[in-house]
Amino acid sequence: MAKRELQEINAGSMADIAFLLLIFFLVATTMDVDTGLTRLLPPIPEEEEKQEVKVKERNVLVVLINRNDQLMVDGEFGTRLDQLKDITMEFFTNPADDQNLPEMEPKEVEFPRGSSPLLPPDGVWRGDVSKGVISLQNDRSTTYQKYLLVQNELVAAVNQLRQNFCKLYFDKDYDDLNMNNPRDKEIAEAIRDVYKMNISEATPKNIKGLN
Amino acid sequence: MAKFIRKKGQGAQKINTSSLPDIIFMLLFFFMVSTTMRETEVQVQITPTEVSEVKKLEQKSLVSYIYIGRPAKHLQGLYGSEPMIQMNDKLVNEEGIPTESVQDFVLSEREKLPENEKNKMVMSLRIDQDIPMGKVDDVKQALRRAKALIINYSARKDYEEQGRGSF
Repeated sequence: MAKRELQEINAGSMADIAFLLLIFFLVATTMDVDTGLTRLLPPIPEEEEKQEVKVKERNVLVVLINRNDQLMVDGEFGTRLDQLKDITMEFFTNPADDQNLPEMEPKEVEFPRGSSPLLPPDGVWRGDVSKGVISLQNDRSTTYQKYLLVQNELVAAVNQLRQNFCKLYFDKDYDDLNMNNPRDKEIAEAIRDVYKMNISEATPKNIKGLN
Repeated sequence: MAKFIRKKGQGAQKINTSSLPDIIFMLLFFFMVSTTMRETEVQVQITPTEVSEVKKLEQKSLVSYIYIGRPAKHLQGLYGSEPMIQMNDKLVNEEGIPTESVQDFVLSEREKLPENEKNKMVMSLRIDQDIPMGKVDDVKQALRRAKALIINYSARKDYEEQGRGSF
């Protein structure tokens, strides 16, 4: 048989096919990334009996948002949103050992051995952690936006504290800790133990009970 | 200078389109990789809040969505303009705490997850910024009753730190 010349496939319609697929994916998919503030709701106690957890007054920072989206922090009306982060940070650290700010209790937190020159050789951090709890309360007419902005400031304060700690001991940004790396993950979890995100989302029912 | 003389009767020159499919395929692959399938049509209007401390939700398979907002313009004749809760494709507007519908939704979403991940379910709350918190509190209360405790207040990353000091 004579050698036949290789026949070329007509690829002219390839572009049309690709266009069709492209347009299908453009229409059927969305590009939005899921971002947000992740929080944990408190479970409903099994028994109906009220187990009042006694918390000393100095250990609670009450953040109220009223129906006009105004703030009241620790009994002071008219706090501005941009002050809230500093107030929260001071609340959680109590730098001047103020009697009105939360108690600090000694705690040992285990970090991976040899992860930081500032930690003792066994990797255990010994220091004081705050017993403070933030109680965030809102009116039913508070707008969601203000509520979320306030939440954001509280989260920002705790994140800042963690960031400062991470920078001091590990010379790294807290956000740069790689959660897929077991060592980094252990560090992040330990830092979270030092600065807990103690924000209680009070349910409307027990607002009165707290004051 | 004969080489600059145009041949007559040639018409417009044809553009070589043989690389067009490659370009389109490249675009196609980009969109296939960077997007996700649209699952439900959102029937309520939602303007997301912008905040600075947002975190990305890592495992999308664990996330279920609850939307709260006013019905979209074309649905307002049907549902009115009061804020409503959307779960899957259903719009609900109950007085008080919507325990039952939230419970049904949580159960059906939990069913979809494998056994070992059932307790890691995340409820993403996508809520319009002008919705009064009363509605949100009701949903939160219903979620607590349905034991779906990990929630995520959906928000956009705020790069310019606006919204601060606006009190």
